[in-house]
Amino acid sequence: MSATTNILVVGIGGQGVMTATEILAEAAIALGHDAKKTEVAGMAQRGGVVSSHLRFGERVLSPQITPGSADVLLGFESAEAMRWQHMLKKGGITLMNTARLVPPVVELGLFDYPDDPLAEIRKTGNKVVAFDATTIAQELGDIRLGNTVMLGAIADHLPFGAEVLLDCVLKRFARKGEKLVELNRRAFEAGRAAVGAAEAALA
Amino acid sequence: MAAVMPAPAASRHLLSGNEAVARAVWEAGVKVAAAYPGTPSTEMLEEIATYPDLYAEWSVNEKVSLEVAIGAAYAGSRAFCCMKHVGMNVASDALMTLTLTGVSGGLVIAIADDVGLSSSQNEQDSRYWGRFAHVPVFEPADSQEAYAMTLDAFALSEQFQVPVILRMTTRINHVKSIVTVGERVPHTGAGFRKDPARYVMVPGNAGKRIPLMFQRDRDLRVVAENSPLNFIEPGSDRRVGFITTGPAYMHVKEAFPDAPVLKLGFSCPVPFEKCRELAALVDQVVVVEEVEPLLETELKAQGIAVIGKEILPLQGELSPAVLRPAIARLLGEALPESEATTALQLFPRPPTMCVACPHLGVYYTLSQVRNLNISGDIGCYTLGAGHPWQAMDTCVSMGASMGIALGMDKGRGESDKDKRVVAVIGDSTFLHMGMQGLLDMVYNKGNVTVLLLDNRAVGMTGGQDNPGNGRDIHGNDAPRIDFAKLVSALGVKDERIHVVNPYELPVLFKTIREEVKVPEVSVIITDQPCVLIKDYHKLKPYAVDEDKCTGCGNCIDVGCPAIHVTRRGKEVKASGREVDLAFVRIESSVCTGCGLCLQPCAPKAIEHYVPSAPIQFAKGGCQA
Repeated sequence: MSATTNILVVGIGGQGVMTATEILAEAAIALGHDAKKTEVAGMAQRGGVVSSHLRFGERVLSPQITPGSADVLLGFESAEAMRWQHMLKKGGITLMNTARLVPPVVELGLFDYPDDPLAEIRKTGNKVVAFDATTIAQELGDIRLGNTVMLGAIADHLPFGAEVLLDCVLKRFARKGEKLVELNRRAFEAGRAAVGAAEAALA
Repeated sequence: MAAVMPAPAASRHLLSGNEAVARAVWEAGVKVAAAYPGTPSTEMLEEIATYPDLYAEWSVNEKVSLEVAIGAAYAGSRAFCCMKHVGMNVASDALMTLTLTGVSGGLVIAIADDVGLSSSQNEQDSRYWGRFAHVPVFEPADSQEAYAMTLDAFALSEQFQVPVILRMTTRINHVKSIVTVGERVPHTGAGFRKDPARYVMVPGNAGKRIPLMFQRDRDLRVVAENSPLNFIEPGSDRRVGFITTGPAYMHVKEAFPDAPVLKLGFSCPVPFEKCRELAALVDQVVVVEEVEPLLETELKAQGIAVIGKEILPLQGELSPAVLRPAIARLLGEALPESEATTALQLFPRPPTMCVACPHLGVYYTLSQVRNLNISGDIGCYTLGAGHPWQAMDTCVSMGASMGIALGMDKGRGESDKDKRVVAVIGDSTFLHMGMQGLLDMVYNKGNVTVLLLDNRAVGMTGGQDNPGNGRDIHGNDAPRIDFAKLVSALGVKDERIHVVNPYELPVLFKTIREEVKVPEVSVIITDQPCVLIKDYHKLKPYAVDEDKCTGCGNCIDVGCPAIHVTRRGKEVKASGREVDLAFVRIESSVCTGCGLCLQPCAPKAIEHYVPSAPIQFAKGGCQA
């Protein structure tokens, strides 16, 4: 079991969580691992909660990550990163986008959105690194680069080199022209750098 | 979509269970594949339709899809049909007689059970159909097995001239894992051979087929006993052995790697001797199956001592986290330590309607009309039962809004005598199973106002085409149904049929208000497309002039996810009543300018968005 790596990618429907997890799975497979990817998505296209599980290793049996056994939690949205903390193993790490996507039930005044999800996560004692992937993507010129920023963010927290993942990301854009490939390369590196800088600041 | 060049054989592909089945269907030489969309089965047919050299169709409902597949199989070709679990309730009328005629070409029916109810109204267990209809059931445990078992199922189907059920669950359909694929083997159909004694199921003929069906059961049980799909892994820890099927096998292997396991891939008819063989190996046998105690009950009836739902849940998905403590308790062991902490408390995030969804206007209006009992149906618009509209009172099954509305009308009690009955149904659901209900309503002189929400797509499952939008499964032109003419033909008076733009709230409000007063059947058809399909055209986005916003919050009641509260306050009215204020902004980067929120805005604070700099993209907001 210890040989299996468990990555949990979370966010809300429409953010690209499932695609990001699929690219992570492709990287694992490229290295010869067995891999399984599964979602608890429901009617996720409609702005609901999405949690995508990726498990890889020599042989993967159950596709779901058991609570308390995720190695890395990649959060596309702050409150969602908070929602799934119980999935992390001791010593696991959260890499989270600081974006706040407030759902209609909060706008209607039925529930509160936490003031500071990052602080709530820190209170648990779990390791967490936060960065503003949305702004990074905007500064690179396109909000849609956010996914690649998120993948760059996890690149140095995998049991394999960042270049394998980068290759899999860029393959997706190969047919769309060199310009987009280059933009995504920069987005990936920016995500990596953001996490690196945040970790250095914490150390 | 045009047919793509299928991937080469033997390489390793990351495929979902749905994609794996589609690949196998193509490789098996299937000529006809039909389905009605339904989570988690939808992607099987979507994927099949991308393969060359076969016919694929979206049928209007699951029963028709099965009948199309039956026809092709009678004609000697290989055929495939898939549906979600509740789809078989609709199709079962055909299935229960199909089992008597059998098939000529191979016929495989994939049924996808939504274990865990990710997007369904119930959690029924489709393995029962194997017993009820006396047909074999295969249960894959991952994508590779889904692929291989589909091929095996076609072979078995032809060998015994019997339809085979491939029982899948969400955790098979939607899990991606590695699959090694092969090449297509062309299948030559035998042609239709007239044989009334076999294909015309009148009592005299059907009665003669029943003993053959029972003989087939006995023969299939022998095959199951010897099938490589049913195998024992002897293990080393003999305290507890497991009999398991489908995805539960993976959970058992993960949780108890040393335990003896009998995995049933060909699970119906049950190979009882194999089960006895496992039982003889171990101290205790636990049956691990998702949802109903089906195998367990059958094994107990055979006198095989097993434990099942006494220690395992009857509802929802199983997982190692569920199995480990249950077995520890059975063995009287200390519960395994978990590193899991308690989940942090947080707001729920239910699915919402999309920004600018045409249903928003309908539900906003319904929420503003008093004295309604609203019978709803299945689709995106079921979300109208939720906040802020709470404008749907029932949801049962596809098309049920019609009959239930009529029953509410005819069965109304004293307390409801002044209530108006409204039925809400989508275009595809209406074509699936709502038309008959409307006909019944007209024929029996009901007093119901029907809202037929035509958004030109099967929205909830991803915007598939249907007879209402004039496109076939490949996106090519197809005859397009005219809903106004259709309901007219069903007997609704022409003056009671209205086609309304759901973005024009005053017209919609007036039409609903007037029609609910008329004591007969009215049909109000809304005619704007789903925002997620290509027929939808975005308009200029809006923004809130914060100086003008008075915090009345009327716009929030529309329910559009692009509207966000910036601050809250309180105001004391002249009457002394204190009211809550919510000042808002519109996330202009996701707003598509439908203009619904403008209409209830009292201070006219919503205006077209004027970008000051190059457009700022979303920092938040749902892109749904």
